[in-house]
Amino acid sequence: MYSEKVMEHFHNPRNVGEMENPDGTGHVGNPVCGDIMEIYIKVKDNIITDVKFKTFGCGAAIATSSMVTEMVKGKTLEEALKISNKAVAEALGGLPAVKMHCSVLAEEALSSAIDDYLAKNPDKNTDTLRKLHKTQHAHLEEESE
Amino acid sequence: MKQIYLDYAATTPADPEVVQAMLPYFHDAFGNPSAIYSYGQEAKNAVEEARTKVARLIGARDDEIVFTGSGTEADNFALKGVAFANKSKGNHIITSSIEHHAVLESCKFLGKMDFKITYLPVDSYGLVDPQDVKKAITDKTILISIMHANNEVGTIQPICEISKVAKEAGVYFHTDAVQTAGHIPSNVKELGVDLLAMSAHKLYGPKGVGLLYIKKGTKIMPFLNGGAQERGRRASTENVPGIVGFGKAAELAGRDIDSEAARITRLRDKLITGIQKNIEHIKLNGHPVKRLPNNVNISVEFVEGESMCLNMDMSGICISTGSACSSTSLEASHVLLALGLDPVKAHGSLRFTLGKWTTEEEIDKVLETLPRIVAKLRAMSPLYKK
Repeated sequence: MYSEKVMEHFHNPRNVGEMENPDGTGHVGNPVCGDIMEIYIKVKDNIITDVKFKTFGCGAAIATSSMVTEMVKGKTLEEALKISNKAVAEALGGLPAVKMHCSVLAEEALSSAIDDYLAKNPDKNTDTLRKLHKTQHAHLEEESE
Repeated sequence: MKQIYLDYAATTPADPEVVQAMLPYFHDAFGNPSAIYSYGQEAKNAVEEARTKVARLIGARDDEIVFTGSGTEADNFALKGVAFANKSKGNHIITSSIEHHAVLESCKFLGKMDFKITYLPVDSYGLVDPQDVKKAITDKTILISIMHANNEVGTIQPICEISKVAKEAGVYFHTDAVQTAGHIPSNVKELGVDLLAMSAHKLYGPKGVGLLYIKKGTKIMPFLNGGAQERGRRASTENVPGIVGFGKAAELAGRDIDSEAARITRLRDKLITGIQKNIEHIKLNGHPVKRLPNNVNISVEFVEGESMCLNMDMSGICISTGSACSSTSLEASHVLLALGLDPVKAHGSLRFTLGKWTTEEEIDKVLETLPRIVAKLRAMSPLYKK
């Protein structure tokens, strides 16, 4: 039921683990649905220099976590916020329909980590980022409906 | 890589002897049992011989057996057939919250047709309390349906006690014996049931054939209308090869039941103690003793079931999980939740079901493989703190 790419990321997930003193942490999901994701980011000069994840979940949840961290590493925050769940799913060669929510969760986890970073750094010139972030959230709320 | 199959509760391979017994009935003895010429009569005789064999396995009379297309069909037949035939007497049905979907969904359907359904709770082992059954009975109760043993956690219900309660109240009692008949003693007289559902592919027979035992005198509506097959209770040209295979499977199961149950129980207990010894934070789901000889169901804390199953499959081991991630809904197994497991433990459940071809070496391989996989996934889990 999973693509080769999903299985590959599931078996050899990239960027697994915790991070000491992350600049932003995203924690999403809930145990009732069986998926919990945490994403940690390091940000320097508006660029995500390092990213790690920890996930409790199915094959798709682990693969989407791995893929989103790979996609976001070295990207600016603007670029990172533009990564949609569909892009994550596409990069994995597609996901079964019942597993698309895992890609939404991956996008939410990343978005929530960036959100945390922005909240902790109010001094930075982040107005445009905040706006971008808001649009991103609007799209996520639509997805979950 | 040789696969290690530990999902016998999902389905079993047909025994080669069963396949051999079936083969003549596809081409050579292909006749319609309803036909009067010799081809037909040959097929008819084969069906009746098979009927005797399955009846013997469960201590029934031949004319109390109705062959169906599956265990699910047999459950549907029992529930709907009794409900509609006894509507003038009452509209109340009692069942448990951990039944197979074949029973639960039939009840749900009947619930929309003016029947009232009581779903009894179970204790933390998955046991139904016969006293709860007694208390739930009203003057409108027409049927009680409690499974013989649960397909997920393997808990064996106190069927004899419940059948006494049913008998005292004059209420029909159906049991889904899909996981038990042929594996543990399932004599209809000893169990005291009026109806019992079985499936061939759970006891090394073919898929596509099941049966409903209907005690003589039980008021029930025909399930399929059409020809006069199965004494007018289930029209359809008989699945002759399937029925013959079912008969052979029942014969073999009856012959081997005691030795197999003892052999498998020992392997089951080795697997349970081995897992508990090799891995921390393990919970055995279901009853430690009132348990199917072949069932091991555990919760591995902090990790999700599907990811464990996928990893086990990569190592050539086929097992199943009660995690939501293996289904289209996002909820974990209704059985595990009814036992009171928290969602994380329910999502982290694994089911190993052993069978005829399970060897000690295979159990050793599982005990060697699983800890490695759990450690890998726990290292990845945000819930696991060393």
